Amino acid sequence: MKILVTCKRVPNPEHKLKLAGGQIDLSAASWQLNTFDEYAVETALRLTEKGKGGERSGEVVAVAIGPKEVGQQLRGVLAMGVDRAILIGGDDATLDALSVARVLAALVAREKPDLVVLGKQTVDGDSNQVGQILAGLLGWPQATFLASIHLAADGQSATVTREVDAGVEEKRVRLPAVVTVDLRIIGKKAVRNEALAGADAEWEETQRYASLKGIMAAKKKEIKELPLGELGADAKAAMVVKSYQAPPVRKAGAKVASVDELVAKLHDEAKVI
Amino acid sequence: MPAVVVFCESDEKGIRSASLPALTAGAALAKQQGGDLVAVVIGAVIGAAAADAAKYAARVLAYEGAALGAPLAETWAPQLADAVKRAGAGALLGTATSTGKDVLPRAAALLGAGMASDITAVTAANRFRRPAYAGNAIEEVEISGPVLVASVRQTAFPPAAPGGAGAIETVAVSTVDAMGAELLGLHATASARPDLGEAKVVVSGGRGMREGANFKVLEELTDLLGGALGASRAACDAGMVPNDLQVGQTGKVVAPQLYIAVAISGAIQHLAGMKGSKVIVAINKDPEAPIFQVADYGLCETWEKAVPALIAAVKKLKAAG
Repeated sequence: MKILVTCKRVPNPEHKLKLAGGQIDLSAASWQLNTFDEYAVETALRLTEKGKGGERSGEVVAVAIGPKEVGQQLRGVLAMGVDRAILIGGDDATLDALSVARVLAALVAREKPDLVVLGKQTVDGDSNQVGQILAGLLGWPQATFLASIHLAADGQSATVTREVDAGVEEKRVRLPAVVTVDLRIIGKKAVRNEALAGADAEWEETQRYASLKGIMAAKKKEIKELPLGELGADAKAAMVVKSYQAPPVRKAGAKVASVDELVAKLHDEAKVI
Repeated sequence: MPAVVVFCESDEKGIRSASLPALTAGAALAKQQGGDLVAVVIGAVIGAAAADAAKYAARVLAYEGAALGAPLAETWAPQLADAVKRAGAGALLGTATSTGKDVLPRAAALLGAGMASDITAVTAANRFRRPAYAGNAIEEVEISGPVLVASVRQTAFPPAAPGGAGAIETVAVSTVDAMGAELLGLHATASARPDLGEAKVVVSGGRGMREGANFKVLEELTDLLGGALGASRAACDAGMVPNDLQVGQTGKVVAPQLYIAVAISGAIQHLAGMKGSKVIVAINKDPEAPIFQVADYGLCETWEKAVPALIAAVKKLKAAG
């Protein structure tokens, strides 16, 4: 089982965004791995493990597109247990979901993974597109917003649950496939490769953190750097951001002293009840 | 002049109300592009949906086939791409529901088209506004190429009004390639409450509710107000409630007349999903909670005291009214 997992660095979402002159100023941003991509890494690792802390079988390859500095985030996922990483040079400002997916599709043609695992969205662009576009370009089945994934013992298919507006959908996809993960995927029993782990296997209810041993091991692992052009994909963006504006500011209203005052205001002033 | 194709989700009765805002956005874009509005419906038996869609669009393309009964991106995206070609369209739109989010980007891939997610305004024939960074920045985006794709934020456009009588064209689809994908089942959330995206009142609970059983009291308030129940990501993460109740950047976006946030601190990821609400009420025992900065009415109180009192007061008001 070979799994390709995508990793994007994003500015810390807890920090205030600096907007000036129609642009976002990221010069002083503190960068971190997109949380859903961290979940994707955790998912990929569990799919190659015989239960928590057990032996591993298979290979997990992480890919990032970005400047050289993304090596820091890649070193982090190598420390979590990823086997090797690929850093494709690129500038986020000149890429869109379509061009990113085209580059990834070219990489898939070269790496030939059985499964591509992505976070369902990045928390900077908030687009939620790349996995679906990649699946479409490859002509592979897709399973988005996963709450769980069980890989069949024969390694030929995966059965997943997806949280959709109407409830929980159960879907089966033949491999190779593209999947994107949502927050439930880090549940204790949400991810399992039936060829490796029994039904009783469970993991921590969170993504793993790098151990000291993992950090030491990561120093020896490979991060292969590729120029954007080398894969031969058309990396020209079709969607371009022309400007960024601050959203309208919502003013704080008044504090009310009691429930009775609240109900009176909602009834008489706001007229919503 | 290129047409604008709008993907309308449907059930056996007609098109889903979640698709009506996409028709509004589609009409605005069709005006900019100078072409017709074309609605697309897909399913195993599609007559009622096609007839319903015809009230909103100049033309309806109804893709019908037994194999199209399950909403699979693998089989539906090619129908949308076909509709764009058949209509000679310059744009494909749909609402950013879980189905829209799943299918539209795949259709964009088949069309080789750029896509904007979650648009909140149409500013020109190929320009849109959309929120990014958890709603902390509004992007103005431009899409180049012969075709563009966009998903529409449901709360940003009013529902389209019926009134037209478009021409219906049924496209019989006998074979599809599901590419090895198979829908095994849908475990629907049984709820008599309105959809979060459409409810006039939303009552949401946060981490401060501590455990799932405590949401009972919020459900009582929700039902009393005829609203929908929501939750913060923290409450969903902690397993108190299902994730499909999540309101926020990575959950659902709501804009009801009245939003009541109970024991929610107000992280920016949550605010991204509800700050478009008309009236926001915050109930939190922490006077410094950031939720108070966006609330029209803030009550600094524990939920244990405030919510039962609020239920009693609303009951009294209803009895009097």
